[in-house]
Amino acid sequence: MILYALSFAIGCFALGLLLNLWRVVKGPQASDRILALDTMTINAIALLILLGIALGSSIFFEVSMLFALVGFISTVSYCRFLLRGDIIE
Amino acid sequence: MTDLPFWAEIAVSVFLVIAGVFGLVGSYGLIRLPDPMTRLHAPTKATTLGVGGVLIASMIFVFATEGRVSLHELLIALFLFLSSPITALFIAKVHLHLREDQSTLPQPSDGLGWAGYTVETPARGVRESLDESDDAESR
Repeated sequence: MILYALSFAIGCFALGLLLNLWRVVKGPQASDRILALDTMTINAIALLILLGIALGSSIFFEVSMLFALVGFISTVSYCRFLLRGDIIE
Repeated sequence: MTDLPFWAEIAVSVFLVIAGVFGLVGSYGLIRLPDPMTRLHAPTKATTLGVGGVLIASMIFVFATEGRVSLHELLIALFLFLSSPITALFIAKVHLHLREDQSTLPQPSDGLGWAGYTVETPARGVRESLDESDDAESR
């Protein structure tokens, strides 16, 4: 039963990644693209943890922690570049 | 993963299904909602709930299989719950300062205006203000 739930959740988050990619391509403004990239990072974190459950390995926690850190920093630096024209002033 | 107790299978499956539905709703709202400020609402809340459900399922799974409480998930959840309001605030500021004006926004009730816009320099952070700043000659 847990295998079916795992497959369902992986399918949901993979479909979510595709929808986010569509918003990145189509998005009319820069803020929509930044938001879609941030959501892609969060969906990728969820996929990594699901993969860790499926494979029974605990190394994926470190990978998803790194994804969370780098995704947050990249989103904030995109926004600061658009707002101030410079990332580190 | 066949030797799990029955309650653990039920709990992990329920949390995985809830997380999948929330994640899919958040990503679907990102392409479905009409304008940028409503689009900001869907993923930053629903996807955080989705990742939270996945993390709870993973904690129950590790506890049921190995008999120990895993703290990596709590660390990831803490970091995500701390960082997602900050990213939402930054994205909203990008939209407000680059695409909107004080005339296109709803008026606050106290008549003081929006705090993000100052009176002398209307949109802080637009491109023209970069030229007279000190980092122009340092390039």
